[in-house]
Amino acid sequence: MSDITMTLPERSLSAGPRGAKPRRRFAPSTIMLYSVLIIAALYYLLPLYVMVVTSLKGMPEIRMGNIFAPPVDITFEPWITAWDSACTGLYCEGIKVGFWNSVKITVPGVIVSIAIASVNGYALANWRFKGSEIFFTILLFGAFIPYQVLLYPLVILLRELGIFSTLTGIVLVHTIFGMPILTLLFRNYFAALPVELFKAARVDGAGFWQIFLQIYLPMSLPIFVVGLILQVTGIWNDFLFGVVFAGSQNYPMTVQLNNIVNAVQGVKQYNVNMAATLLTGAVPLFVYFVSGRLFVRGIAAGAVKG
Amino acid sequence: MAAATRPFSLFRNASAKIAALPMILTALGVFVGGTIWTIVYSFTDSRLLPSTNFVGFSQYARLFDTPRWSVSIYNLAVYGSLLLVFSFVVGFLLAALMDQKIRFESTFRTIYLYPFALSFIVTGLIWQWILDPGLGLPKLMRDLGFEQFDLALLGNPDTVLFALVMAGLWQSTGFVMVLMLAGLRGIDNEIWKAARVDGIPAWKTYLFIIVPMMKGVFITTLVIVASGIVRLYDLVVAMTQGGPGFASEVPAKYVYDFMFQRANLGQGLAASTVMLVTVFIILVPWALFVFREKKP
Amino acid sequence: MRIGTIAAVLAASTALPTGAAHAVDLEVTHWWTSGGEAAAVKVLADNFNENTEHTWVDGAIAGSGTTANPIIISRILGGNPMAATQMNTGRDAEDLIEAGLMTDLTELAEEEGWADFIRPARLLETCTFEGRIYCVPINIHSWQWMWLNRHVFEDNGLEVPTNWQELAEAAPALREADVIPLATGAPWQVDGIRNVMQTAIGGVETFLAVNQDKSEDAIRSDDNRAVWEAFAQAREMVDDAYSGRDWNVATNMVIQGDAAAQIMGDWAQGEFAMAGQEAGVDYDCLPGLGNNAVLDTGGDAFYFPLIEDEATRQAQLELASMLVSQEVQVEFNLTKGSLPIRGDIDMEAANACMAKGLEILSSEEGVMPSTEQMLDSDTQGQMIDLALQFFSSDMSVDDAIERQAEIISQAR
Repeated sequence: MSDITMTLPERSLSAGPRGAKPRRRFAPSTIMLYSVLIIAALYYLLPLYVMVVTSLKGMPEIRMGNIFAPPVDITFEPWITAWDSACTGLYCEGIKVGFWNSVKITVPGVIVSIAIASVNGYALANWRFKGSEIFFTILLFGAFIPYQVLLYPLVILLRELGIFSTLTGIVLVHTIFGMPILTLLFRNYFAALPVELFKAARVDGAGFWQIFLQIYLPMSLPIFVVGLILQVTGIWNDFLFGVVFAGSQNYPMTVQLNNIVNAVQGVKQYNVNMAATLLTGAVPLFVYFVSGRLFVRGIAAGAVKG
Repeated sequence: MAAATRPFSLFRNASAKIAALPMILTALGVFVGGTIWTIVYSFTDSRLLPSTNFVGFSQYARLFDTPRWSVSIYNLAVYGSLLLVFSFVVGFLLAALMDQKIRFESTFRTIYLYPFALSFIVTGLIWQWILDPGLGLPKLMRDLGFEQFDLALLGNPDTVLFALVMAGLWQSTGFVMVLMLAGLRGIDNEIWKAARVDGIPAWKTYLFIIVPMMKGVFITTLVIVASGIVRLYDLVVAMTQGGPGFASEVPAKYVYDFMFQRANLGQGLAASTVMLVTVFIILVPWALFVFREKKP
Repeated sequence: MRIGTIAAVLAASTALPTGAAHAVDLEVTHWWTSGGEAAAVKVLADNFNENTEHTWVDGAIAGSGTTANPIIISRILGGNPMAATQMNTGRDAEDLIEAGLMTDLTELAEEEGWADFIRPARLLETCTFEGRIYCVPINIHSWQWMWLNRHVFEDNGLEVPTNWQELAEAAPALREADVIPLATGAPWQVDGIRNVMQTAIGGVETFLAVNQDKSEDAIRSDDNRAVWEAFAQAREMVDDAYSGRDWNVATNMVIQGDAAAQIMGDWAQGEFAMAGQEAGVDYDCLPGLGNNAVLDTGGDAFYFPLIEDEATRQAQLELASMLVSQEVQVEFNLTKGSLPIRGDIDMEAANACMAKGLEILSSEEGVMPSTEQMLDSDTQGQMIDLALQFFSSDMSVDDAIERQAEIISQAR
């Protein structure tokens, strides 16, 4: 088992697809292959297409036409409204209000949760101690607890710690809820790294932190990107914890998004709703986009060993 | 146990323990503590706030006497098995196809993965539209001349679960595909060569050689997908709010509705306890088995 | 002890009207985000900002129930409460009051004589717990209304219905004309239809016998059967895509003429007003579905979580006082389309529908308590489940009555 994955990190950087033999162009099987991929892609793109098209229409056009028709008069007004002047209750300042708050929550939340989970994974994979697997099992169990059930206990815990309604509080909450899955990923990734590397470092007298920081960290960039993508997506899109734990001075963007999407001025402003959603989703999409290639390689090593 | 097999001093291992302290605190303080909290208060008649007026098993008696709860369990079983099977099959198939040296691989991968980055608040609304008989696909089909096409998936109690599965698959298979693709990329090229030399057809190679080798990927994926299924809530609220009737209610929604909307914390926590006990019964023997197996 | 402190604060506030205490940013949480609602919040905020030196900080969280409730309760439990919050009145808030987390408003209420002008008196009773007053009723909402688009009927050569039966009879012709006879949406709206029918079709006596006396005979009576039968008619009159729809979207279907009617509380009025529609010309409103014009006296109320800061507490009391004042009551309720809580003000500006409501409420027999004040939210929840199951299936009226009897007999 470990023979296969041992050499993975270096190899995977250059490893391309390696499925069955390469095929001739335009062979029936090739056409089949691309047809399946394209049909699947259509299924995935359909909702995005509807969102984009709707966000570029005026309200009369939305009411008249069907949702799949391309816009007759392209207007960017909904995007400007969503960003700048959509009403969320009393205020009409769009979703830009919460943008920097979301950044303020997401950046430390992602960094802290990944830092802690990576050390956890490293300790579980290479420095097992008595009971470490029990704690890991508890963490896995934690992945199945419906988050909201823990709302009141966490509120009380954070109140006693004196960090309720603070940035520290919300970062802690995201660290806690990100821990199960992240630890699973990191543990499996580190377990797949060559044991010889670790043993050699031990012989050289390197300690816990030295090995982690100087040898494992530089080799593990891909899995950190995986963690980055999972956490950016999760924390950026979070609504409930942001509102409860961050305090009203730090309300994230999703609060405005919720208020815009659920609030309507008479007729539902579908075009503005779509634009607001696409704008809110732009950050995780961007992060995914720029780190897509590393994403796959990171998970490769993390998931290969159970 | 494990430490004894490795040549490390106790002192060194102590630093690992210190490093793992946040994990230990979270595991014990939040997950174990929270579970105990849930169980304890499920035996009370807590309404809006936790109270310590214990009422024995009456919350449980009522829970199992409530049609909505049994419908929720049934729905979760249907949704869960459909989603598991399809996300694994579709995710693996897509990954295998993507692994055929195709052009525009990263474009396809991005397309399949993008739903993962969008929150359910609005994607639920989009699916509501697409499935709306007067607005979405059914209307498109009628406009194209298919007059009888009058499918109202969301409005029909018998079909609403399939609509949820459609949207759930749309959201999650991309991520499963990426995990699977990563697993495939981790398989040594020599295996493929050997299989080809022996003249084994590609599909057989996948089924009998590659899949068994990807056990680790499947386990990681299983944990991620299964935990998502158990916690299923946002999608249902965004798409159907549990309707029509309570044809699309799920356990997590039952829990939250009772905790926060109906001010019956005790009932919500009893439901939550039943969910957690079920997970425990499945997860712990499995974990014991996996870890025992690994010991040298 | 606590009451003493508040009294002291109150004394200070009356002695030094404004100016002495420093200005406070007062965070107010509510779920009023739809068109008419947001405009009504603006009335409150503007009045508060102009007439006091404090500032209204808006904490709108769209979506009541599961969205706003956990947030509000968590904030209070976590020791960082908002200064004022909209909350469902009735028995749910008791827990927070018992835990000592809410400000006691009794001194203020007595000084200003709330009991003398708040009408109907029941409104103040729902804010009272063990003889103390903990919330401020701000308006009266009643559910028992049916909204009709007049043009839909006139354009298709139909009589505009004046009661439920006439609408049900017109339904086939409306279908013919490609109009949805009845617009509805998310589960709570479907449940609302049944509740409205309980009094409008079944009558007040049966309603009280069922919900207050919890009488099994009443549940099995002909009147109660008629309720379920009307509800069975309703389930045949809706479209396929109602599941999950917002109430105001359904209202707009009526405004646009896609649907003929909606059974919805008087808050729907705000949406008609926003669309520039005129009562009696463009649309009709039928209290009690035109059958039995009895209105409940539910409504919105504000609670003031206890905050350990003198200036904030004073500002909270100033806000409470402002909310019940005559000017604010008139202006707010005209905007929101609800009825004022004071019996001593002149609502000349009220439109035709509001005037109808005011008149009904001014007579003794026109008022009834809402179920929120009789049944705990748990029992209500079970009735909602039953209503939904009935509405979305072909459950028989007999089965529904059996199940209703079971639920009510278990009510706490």
